[in-house]
Amino acid sequence: MSARKIVFTSGKGGVGKTTTTVNVGAALAKRGHRVILVDADIGLRNLDLVLGLEKRIVFDIVEVVEERCQLRQALIKDKRFESLSILPAAQTRDKDAVTEDQMRKVMDDLAEMADYVLIDCPAGIEGGFRNAIAGASEAVVVTTPEVSAIRDADRVIGKLSDRSLPMRLIVNRIRPEMVRTGDMLSVDDVCEILSAELLGIVPDDEEIIDTTNRGEPVVLDETTRLRVIYDKIARRLEGELVPFTNLDTTGFFGRLFGALKAG
Amino acid sequence: MVEFFNRIFGRQNSGATAKERLRLVLMSDHLSLAPEMIEAMKRDLLDVISKYVQLDRDKVDVHFENQDDALAMLANIPITGVNRNSGPKDDSGTGSTPPQSGSTSKKKRKSTNTPAAAT
Repeated sequence: MSARKIVFTSGKGGVGKTTTTVNVGAALAKRGHRVILVDADIGLRNLDLVLGLEKRIVFDIVEVVEERCQLRQALIKDKRFESLSILPAAQTRDKDAVTEDQMRKVMDDLAEMADYVLIDCPAGIEGGFRNAIAGASEAVVVTTPEVSAIRDADRVIGKLSDRSLPMRLIVNRIRPEMVRTGDMLSVDDVCEILSAELLGIVPDDEEIIDTTNRGEPVVLDETTRLRVIYDKIARRLEGELVPFTNLDTTGFFGRLFGALKAG
Repeated sequence: MVEFFNRIFGRQNSGATAKERLRLVLMSDHLSLAPEMIEAMKRDLLDVISKYVQLDRDKVDVHFENQDDALAMLANIPITGVNRNSGPKDDSGTGSTPPQSGSTSKKKRKSTNTPAAAT
């Protein structure tokens, strides 16, 4: 059976696309799926670094496309998981080094080797974006509750719907306390403004900086707070109906554990 | 506490401001129409409707949504009363009567497909 090919995109840079792709991918792998993460940001390779595999790269996606190596040779297996690999981007090449058709072909080939192919899309809506979405069958839009990120997400959603790609939303870096006082857009606000279906809510937590510094996905460590959050997203992708926790709870308990219970 | 003071001094929380600003700018992006033009269109629309019925202008909500491959304009306009004597022939705009006694706020949902705006 062929894999689901899901592109993670946002329009705006710096909203947490790569971190989200890595952690959702790791959560899916932890749940027993065969997962391949693709870095589609040619020229600005980062997925390997966030996942801590930067030292092991031999070949990249451009070399695969140019048939200078086998697809399997370019895949790097994450030894901490049984079933997680990445296909790195080229660091010294230009975005024009691959075409939409070539991307489509590589994604189809990868789909034969996995259950999930997650594509980390570059920022912007130009060539790199078009390449990244060309090979995908569905999309996850990552945004933060900020005006600029939401406007860009809206643009991207328009582009995805032009291609009839089904899409769901992850709202990243929510701060429940600010939402409660009315000083930050709520998850409901963001979904309403974008008319989008919600896939996940990720609270703003400095823990992610620490784990990314080390190149370790949060699901590796059973004690991390965010582990539950990404696990919930993975389960929703599988099709399970996992209830969303209301982050806007006003009670003392809710405030104290708001970040813990989020998801 | 912050909320409390904001309410006292009539200052809107920035979350609500962000929502309003985004709604207008996205409408403008979708229609390729300047925000000022959208505001003017909304004003004209309400002026026409208020020739026939009385409106609560503060509670009017006009926005655009994608529905079935077309952009739809959705207007939620609370009606507080009816202008009995006004009609298509009344251009003076002076023939209105006071609202019916015990008139309740009615909500009217108006969905208009605007094919010209679908991009």
